[in-house]
Amino acid sequence: MSEVSMVVNGRKVSGSVEDRTLLVHFLRDNLGLTGTHVGCDTSQCGSCVIHVDGKAVKACTMLAAQASGSTITTIEGLADGASLHVVQEAFKEHHGLQCGFCTPGMIMAAVDMINRHPGGLDEATVRAELDGNICRCTGYHNIVKAILAASKKIKSSSARKKKAA
Amino acid sequence: MGMEGIGARVARKEDKRFITGAGRYTDDMVVPGMKHAAFVRSPHAHAAIRKINIKAAMAMPGVIAVLNGKELKADGIGNIICGWMIHSKDGSPMNMGAWSPLATDTVRYVGDAVAIVVADTRAQARDAAEAVEVSYKVKKAVIDPVSALDPKAPQIHPEAANNLIYDWELGDAAAVDAAFKKAAHITKMDVVNNRLVPNAMEPRAALGHYDKAEDHYTCWTTSQNPHVARLVMSAFYNVAPENKLRVIAPDVGGGFGSKIYIYPEELTCLWASKKTGVPVKWVAERTESFLTDAHGRDHVSTVELAFDAKNNMTALKVDTIANLGAYMSLFSSSVPTYLYATLLSGQYKIPAIHANVRTVYTNTTPVDAYRGAGRPEACFLVERVVETAARELGVSPADLRRQNFIKEFPYQTPVIMAYDAGDFDASLDAAMAAAKYETFERRRSTAAKKGKLRGIGMSCYIEACGIAPSAAVGSLGAGVGLWESAEVRVNAVGSVEILTGSHSHGQGHETTFAQLVADRFGVPMDSVSIVHGDTDKVQMGMGTYGSRSGAVGMSAIVKALDKVEEKAKKIAAHLLEADEGDIVIENGELKVAGTDKAVPWFQMALAAYTAHNLPSGMEPGLKEGAFYDPTNFTFPAGCYICEVEVDPETGSTEIVQFVAADDFGNIINPMIVEGQVHGGVAQGIGQALLEGAHYDESGQLLTASYMDYTMPRADNLPSFNVSTTTTACPSNPLGIKGCGEAGAIGSPPAVINAITDAINNNNLSMPATSGKVWAAIRSA
Repeated sequence: MSEVSMVVNGRKVSGSVEDRTLLVHFLRDNLGLTGTHVGCDTSQCGSCVIHVDGKAVKACTMLAAQASGSTITTIEGLADGASLHVVQEAFKEHHGLQCGFCTPGMIMAAVDMINRHPGGLDEATVRAELDGNICRCTGYHNIVKAILAASKKIKSSSARKKKAA
Repeated sequence: MGMEGIGARVARKEDKRFITGAGRYTDDMVVPGMKHAAFVRSPHAHAAIRKINIKAAMAMPGVIAVLNGKELKADGIGNIICGWMIHSKDGSPMNMGAWSPLATDTVRYVGDAVAIVVADTRAQARDAAEAVEVSYKVKKAVIDPVSALDPKAPQIHPEAANNLIYDWELGDAAAVDAAFKKAAHITKMDVVNNRLVPNAMEPRAALGHYDKAEDHYTCWTTSQNPHVARLVMSAFYNVAPENKLRVIAPDVGGGFGSKIYIYPEELTCLWASKKTGVPVKWVAERTESFLTDAHGRDHVSTVELAFDAKNNMTALKVDTIANLGAYMSLFSSSVPTYLYATLLSGQYKIPAIHANVRTVYTNTTPVDAYRGAGRPEACFLVERVVETAARELGVSPADLRRQNFIKEFPYQTPVIMAYDAGDFDASLDAAMAAAKYETFERRRSTAAKKGKLRGIGMSCYIEACGIAPSAAVGSLGAGVGLWESAEVRVNAVGSVEILTGSHSHGQGHETTFAQLVADRFGVPMDSVSIVHGDTDKVQMGMGTYGSRSGAVGMSAIVKALDKVEEKAKKIAAHLLEADEGDIVIENGELKVAGTDKAVPWFQMALAAYTAHNLPSGMEPGLKEGAFYDPTNFTFPAGCYICEVEVDPETGSTEIVQFVAADDFGNIINPMIVEGQVHGGVAQGIGQALLEGAHYDESGQLLTASYMDYTMPRADNLPSFNVSTTTTACPSNPLGIKGCGEAGAIGSPPAVINAITDAINNNNLSMPATSGKVWAAIRSA
């Protein structure tokens, strides 16, 4: 057994897990954070993407023990209180989801993608970088649209902030 | 059209929970005392079970029970059924083999369930499942559907000699033969429709809970039709009478047909819960889903199309062998018959059609309806043979289609269907304009200059949704009726709950159904809730598949809304001392037309429940229900155009343009409809370019994970250019046709027609992988 502790969505948590416990199962089964989904078991589908120390990680590919000491954000911790993250809003506005199962992973991957491209994104880049996330419902059309719109919005609001500073 | 009414592009009400991680899927459910299950599955495609030794497994940590098929049988649990009876052309009923939920003496495909292990944790259950020793006597397997019919092939079920399930026909063979004798031109092709794995992103799961004190079962399950699941588990599998069995399908992560069926796992979890005294949850691993979710397609066909000297189509002849896998899944028999051969007329006036269909058992995963179900197979045959004929005749593919289009409605085809409305020229025109078809040759030359082969292909599809009426499908062998139910409850303060037998697993019912109410009563969508997916809340329903929830499910709601409106107007007329016929509903008020006399909606609702001042003899309350049984199928149709660039050095294909022009009749929420088309087209492009289930000769599924089965990803697909043309459906009150499957039906032939145009070689099968295309370029 391993003792693990980490900060998840701003809250310190700890637990005792079997050594083989995957991070995604620790989040789902021990912490009840069921927004992170398991879609494939082989690190292919991306339904389980979360942020570990600010980077997108497939939570089915990391042991809970490996994540001990990390700071983690899951889909449940993305919104700032009642106000949704720009990417969450964009997925709703552009109908970037249908059944919702891949959506948490898609949104977490998208936030990471936008963070890594502060200069903005184009369609080809978004499609290439979504390579690790599978959606069976949307044909990606509206997911791509949502990410591009969110990226644009975030870029212009950070430019405004810079100007104001 | 109001801001939230019919035709408005309203953002979805259900999105909030999904984008915040608050969706509730079956695997998210936890009940006190819950334990976990894993299934012991056959590693062989065909074998006799000699012995099951559970000693080692029972000794492992956390293990509560290991249960097998003989124990299940001893408790009276029934075999898995196929719910649609097909008779062979000689009048004999289909040869259905037995499918025990847990195999007792023979396993017939890799993944066939043999035993269930219940343990404290999921990991313990999986470990113990591996420790169950099953001794098998391996038999020869047969995988390929054509070889399965060989009398020397391994026999899979004693009930089905030569593995033949039925030999069925539709249409007039004599008329077809006569037409072929007189034909000026005949185009003949062999066509394979590749086997696909539906791959909803949420793996199947079930949580069975037996309550000993109440002698009552609850099953949370990933189902598209929880009421049908309850009916079948109660009536055929003897789990419990309906009043003792509650089935809940909470949020469900996609279905595409694969979650219609009642598989062995749900009922085994329920039974195991009673046996062990603990709630039992099972969640499929992805490879388990690949092995055991019903697959789709898998047809081998020959098609021949005859023309007269003026290029008019005169007859169509089709011979198909359809692979149904190791067992007959719930609707498997209907897919290659009434959902397939009935659509072989396509959009064309073809005076004589004949189809012969043989279905066979093989040692593979059962095959059943997958998005489109029979209609993609029909569309692929028709649209490939028409395109090929145009090439052979040296005429434009668009002109040949247009010349043969059905232009007058209603139109009775020679294969049962009576098309009620359509305008095929309109969708062809719209698609050609959107695709800039006229200037394609210029784009081809430009591509050639950079060494690329550019091609264009089209597909003019028609399909049938909202399969009905119940009496008609019953006469064709269906075991269920295909109506839908709805109940409208207006609460005392005027908020509205719609209880529906439809089930949403991505289709956005919580939004579109609420739009109907907003449109009718002028109440805000926020005050309308949609209740579905729970047999304790909704009395009965047929669920969601076959693009039926709009045409059938919403029509039931409309029928119930009519009744509510009638009573509401009576109450308002009484309160306003006006004539009932003068009451109109506008902006959330019931008004006396042409006056300023009005009663707000909520006040009318309150009056219904206080019952202080109702018309004499009227019952209190405001709640109405309806069952809607359609009078005909609906017939969505459209035209898809695909443009590709092929790299001759690598054979890789890029879709540079994809245009869809669909006629879905009237549309409630265009945003949601477009999303359905995007998703359907992506699955169709997946079938055409990437996807295919492959077995080796021994029956091992080689494509049993996302590392081996190529799912379409964002960088395989373009953005889509989608639009609609409209002819209203005359047979339902909203004039809507259904949009869920069209994309998957219409797109594969458009893609293959485009690639074969680009490479100038018509001999290309799906999936058109770069390797196949590369080879086809070299053999052109």
